[in-house]
Amino acid sequence: MHRCYYAALGMVGSPQDAEDLSQEAFVRAFRARARLDPERPFYPWLYQILRRLCYNFTRDTSSRRKKLARAGGWLVAEATTRAAVDDPERIRATDELRGRLERAIGELPPAQREVFVLKEFEGLKYREIAALLDVPMGTVMSRLYAARQKLAELLEGIE
Amino acid sequence: MTENRGRIDRSTELLMLALDGELESADRAEFERLLSDNSELREEWNRLSRLKEVTANMKLRNPPEEMWAGYWNSVYSRFERGLGWILVSIGAIVFGSWGAWQVVRDLMADADLPTYVKWSILALIVGLVMLLVSVLRHRIFVSQSDPYKEIER
Repeated sequence: MHRCYYAALGMVGSPQDAEDLSQEAFVRAFRARARLDPERPFYPWLYQILRRLCYNFTRDTSSRRKKLARAGGWLVAEATTRAAVDDPERIRATDELRGRLERAIGELPPAQREVFVLKEFEGLKYREIAALLDVPMGTVMSRLYAARQKLAELLEGIE
Repeated sequence: MTENRGRIDRSTELLMLALDGELESADRAEFERLLSDNSELREEWNRLSRLKEVTANMKLRNPPEEMWAGYWNSVYSRFERGLGWILVSIGAIVFGSWGAWQVVRDLMADADLPTYVKWSILALIVGLVMLLVSVLRHRIFVSQSDPYKEIER
């Protein structure tokens, strides 16, 4: 359930919606259990259900923007949770950077965002992402590259 | 540097692998040579390395512990509610149909009601049933034959 929740959180950027969508994925998986191939791993199958739910959820641009505006705070900067607690200026700067990164990720197309989150925040290898999404590794790389290009552009000027 | 439609060139591929620590030792020399020869690639490497540094310091926020504690209960409740709605819908359809049948039967048995009104009630019922059957049949056909049903909208 942890993995499912975090995958949804990365895709929709709102803890409340991630909880709803990941739970709904389990309900749908249970209803569709007859289609599950016991010879194959469970998570990739569940992930396909989850990503379909998340894609549909973020499909409506207006509702997506509303949700993202409401959401925020789905990332946390590790520096603010460690030694930097004594340095308010650093906390403020890191927090601002986190906010900008969240917004920038929110601007990415869903397919690029998905790959970016799986790579950066879930730490999956290229071949693992390719297997999970059932796409060639080259597609994973090109989506990630495009995402990084956009993010680097959006975060330009930050030190 | 990139090509459209999901393809990237060799130098970008090596750049991405190096950024993510997945570069094979056999490819390292090639990447280093490309990096020293190609200023555009070097610039790209510096730009994306900075981004990588930023994201490496971020992680997904953990939810409060209570959420995990109640997680499966919520999944169960969702399933239960879904089942509840199905039962309520079936009950409402059966009960509504029975009620409608009673009303129609009484109207038809009413000797004071003009014949043309009785016929119009009958036409109304037959029409509604035909529409319902047609819509249901169409939906079943679409759900069975739609080649795009698995594709995200």
